[in-house]
Amino acid sequence: MPTAPAGTLYRGREGMWSWVAHRVTGVLIFFFLLVHVLDTALVRVSPEAYNAAISTYQTEIMGLGEAGLVAAIVFHAFNGIRILLVDFWAKGPKYQKTMLWVVVGLFVVTMAGFLPRHLINVFTGGH
Amino acid sequence: MANATAARVDSPRSPYERRRTTRGNYELYSWVFMRASGVVLLVLIFGHLFVNLMVGDGVHAIDFGFVAGKWANPMWQVWDLLMLWLAMIHGTNGVRTIINDYATRDLTRGVLKGLLYLAFVVVVVLGTLVIFTFDPCPPDAPAELVASFCPA
Repeated sequence: MPTAPAGTLYRGREGMWSWVAHRVTGVLIFFFLLVHVLDTALVRVSPEAYNAAISTYQTEIMGLGEAGLVAAIVFHAFNGIRILLVDFWAKGPKYQKTMLWVVVGLFVVTMAGFLPRHLINVFTGGH
Repeated sequence: MANATAARVDSPRSPYERRRTTRGNYELYSWVFMRASGVVLLVLIFGHLFVNLMVGDGVHAIDFGFVAGKWANPMWQVWDLLMLWLAMIHGTNGVRTIINDYATRDLTRGVLKGLLYLAFVVVVVLGTLVIFTFDPCPPDAPAELVASFCPA
């Protein structure tokens, strides 16, 4: 096999960077999902084992990690809708840049609704 | 010329013949699946996050009894099962695409995709078994750790 580099044509700007962010958030979410199914599977071992594992998610550090995870999911979800519109809406490609800023706006609004509630739970709730 | 034998020139009036592909429509179906499952996952995961992180005490409310209470309702069993399968197929297919894009050596690509598919099978089978064989009231578990509906 020849080892010529794969053909790449990165064009920069909103289109490329949203594609990069979609990939990065997607991989992050996937690896979390693998761990999350394994930790949930501990309910099948014993209540003590599950509670011990889940209590490690209930620390301040992990609470900030959860905030990051939710941010990744919210971006991936809204940008995924933008991809659908680019693919299936006749004017999608024309407005792809505008739609990215709509995605960013919806992201900010959603996180503004989520973060205060979550951070109050993390830093003042329970344990 | 050296190449003379390799050249095959169609007669000028031969009709256009579409190139036959032997690879099936797998990549088309995978492209469609990513879009269809993405929309469903948006609803399933936003609902999951809202109920588990926003309602009540959020993440602090989650323990064995919380899970038992949710899975006592068949709706949440179906919700979580659908979420597990769709998210795992969607995620595995996404990572497969990324491996195909960046791992140029055949061996590297094969090993990475082998590990990916192994992780897929283990996680999906394990998760499915857990949802269907979950016992909310395991025998000899302390009463304060299990759901309130368990016999004392």
